[in-house]
Amino acid sequence: MASPGTLSRADRRHKWSVKLSPFGFISPYFLIFGIFGLFPLLYTAFVSLQKRNLLDADAATFIGFGNYERLLLHDPYFWNAMGNTVSLWLMTTIPQILFALGIAHLLNRRLRGRTLFRMGMILPNITSVAAVTIIFAQLFGRDFGLVNWVLSWFGAGEVDWQAGTASSHTAIAAMVVWRWTGYHALIFLASMQAIPSTMYEAATLDGANGWQQFWRITVPLLRPQIIFSTVIATTGNMRLLAEPLLFNPGTAAATGGSDRQFQTAALYLYEQGFTKYDFGYSSAIALVLAVVTMLVAGLSYLVTRRIQTD
Amino acid sequence: MRPKTTSRRIRLVAGAVCAGLAAVAALSGCGSGDSGGKVKLSLGLFGNFGYPALIKEYQAAHPNIEITERTAAYSDHHKNLAAHLATGGGAADIEAIDTGYVAQFKATPDKFVDLNTVGGDKLKDRWLSWKWAASQAKGGQQIGYGTDVGGLAICYRRDLFEKAGLPVDRDEVAALWPTWQAFFATGKRFQAHAPNGVKFMDGGPTVLNAIFGQAPVGYYDRSDKLVVDSNAALRQGWNQVVDAVKSNLSAGLLYSTPTWNTGFTQSQFATVTCPAWMMPKIKDQAPDTAGKWDVATVPGGGGNWGGSYLTVPKQGKHTKEAADLAAWLTAPEQQAKVFTSEGLLPSTPSLYDDPKISGYTNPFFNDAPVGKLFTDAAKNLNPQYQGPKAGDVQTEFGNAMQRVEQGKQDGAAAWQQLVGDVAKLQS
Repeated sequence: MASPGTLSRADRRHKWSVKLSPFGFISPYFLIFGIFGLFPLLYTAFVSLQKRNLLDADAATFIGFGNYERLLLHDPYFWNAMGNTVSLWLMTTIPQILFALGIAHLLNRRLRGRTLFRMGMILPNITSVAAVTIIFAQLFGRDFGLVNWVLSWFGAGEVDWQAGTASSHTAIAAMVVWRWTGYHALIFLASMQAIPSTMYEAATLDGANGWQQFWRITVPLLRPQIIFSTVIATTGNMRLLAEPLLFNPGTAAATGGSDRQFQTAALYLYEQGFTKYDFGYSSAIALVLAVVTMLVAGLSYLVTRRIQTD
Repeated sequence: MRPKTTSRRIRLVAGAVCAGLAAVAALSGCGSGDSGGKVKLSLGLFGNFGYPALIKEYQAAHPNIEITERTAAYSDHHKNLAAHLATGGGAADIEAIDTGYVAQFKATPDKFVDLNTVGGDKLKDRWLSWKWAASQAKGGQQIGYGTDVGGLAICYRRDLFEKAGLPVDRDEVAALWPTWQAFFATGKRFQAHAPNGVKFMDGGPTVLNAIFGQAPVGYYDRSDKLVVDSNAALRQGWNQVVDAVKSNLSAGLLYSTPTWNTGFTQSQFATVTCPAWMMPKIKDQAPDTAGKWDVATVPGGGGNWGGSYLTVPKQGKHTKEAADLAAWLTAPEQQAKVFTSEGLLPSTPSLYDDPKISGYTNPFFNDAPVGKLFTDAAKNLNPQYQGPKAGDVQTEFGNAMQRVEQGKQDGAAAWQQLVGDVAKLQS
């Protein structure tokens, strides 16, 4: 019989178990993150300080910040790729969020076959990105593409989508928007359903029309989800690789067009690493890109946070 | 009761951690055993090597060996191979490498089995001497056995030539273009009466590659120095093709792209530069055009574009068996079979006077005597030295010509940008 105030051995063991077991349960995540997340990051940082051929690691030499200097000060193609990335960021993120809001709003109504439409929203997202891109590249073909065929009805066919900067960005943005709009729409839809209907009823009594209700009630209350979607879309766009890579197949895929008109930063990284085998330089690009991604994500967070909640 | 629950909890926690570790371990070590005692060999290829029948034959003769083939697109294949060599895992037991990339890979010979150590030194005389030399590293290590060589010819559409009022007989057609200048002049004649929507040639880059393949010196001199900006032969060829593009002779398609493939089925062009490996490509791409195509000699005599090697990466598990298979697949008997089934031109000169080879005609190409045509081309071929990044230089040339075809730049501006881009490959 233990005296009051002191714990039995069993009780003490129980107390430690309660304190420690959460760490045990989350440890697999940190172990896996350490191996597949943190270690590669640190290793990339290490390699970025070297002049190193991908195929010939033994001949690597330490050059300090030489790769960064070349990248940030002497490489117009990197800045070209960053420009394309920012352009595609604007051309994909804004339409994605707007379309997703509209679609979620429509799906939130009483519709026949509502579940079917809701499920259909996710279909583009679970389709293989390679397949999607190859099909879109066909649609945007110069000579026998469906898009040009439709445009020719209005006397505006014969667009060489790959050749121009604006036209190629439009085509790639179309792929990205098509693929991700449904995903965001479902997130918005889920939180729209959590908005109490009394708010809309009150608004109706006050004489607000549907449009006003959407902008004054729905959108402000969706602010956290809009922030989330914008940040996800932004980080995803910073890694945009497969769409521009496959939009320009053939031997020159990694350059993103004959004049690098749609080479994204991630594609430039790929070109330096796996075409030029410049492992040190591509590691430097990877780290710069990671920093830029964090900055842009932060920026988009600040912008979307300004959505009014009144 | 409490102690019991606690120990169960501890066991549970330990189990969760172990499961996590096990998942990590399983992901990192993807070991694959050989099932049933069979030696499994994989072949990493691009394009059409014509091997399925040969693989069956080899497996029948070697019941303990099981061979799988995997094929990727040309540039993907070479990039994947580089990545697999760099990471030390994932390469096939036998990896094909194209002429444009072989110099780059032989710069790191320790990643490959030196075939001379597994009997390659005794087989050496099978191949054209320049073919053998091209896959030999500076230290003498042999990283690859030659498969085909490109050779050069022009494939042309008889039906479209007829519609444009040009001769269709292959000797008469060849007589139209003894030189590239005459070739482009013929193009202008063709274009003047061409059927609607048909251009004389598929695109600038293919023609450019053919012209460059004939030059005594290509992108590099023998000390591996890039000579693109000082090589007058390249500049002259460039100017000729730019002029042809300006004269509206080109369909503006870049080879190995889906739009180019569509060009074959939609009859968008009447001629295409035809190394021997192009023939199976056309046949696979546009089977409906059988009999409409024919083959004529290339302007300017011989020349080479393409051709491949089979290498054995050291990281493979069964390098001895893989080397044996590579030697067998590239032996003259097998090259002869690939020639008669797919038209790939052998790199083993002992076959060139074999009547089975030199007398071979191809029904798809209107029974053109491709055997004679290509063996003649191979005999006349002046081997061109391929420098370290020849494949990448070729890509840059493709991009530069595309800029002209897309109307983004004129010939001089595209050339200037090209020279800068190529110089960056050197660093």
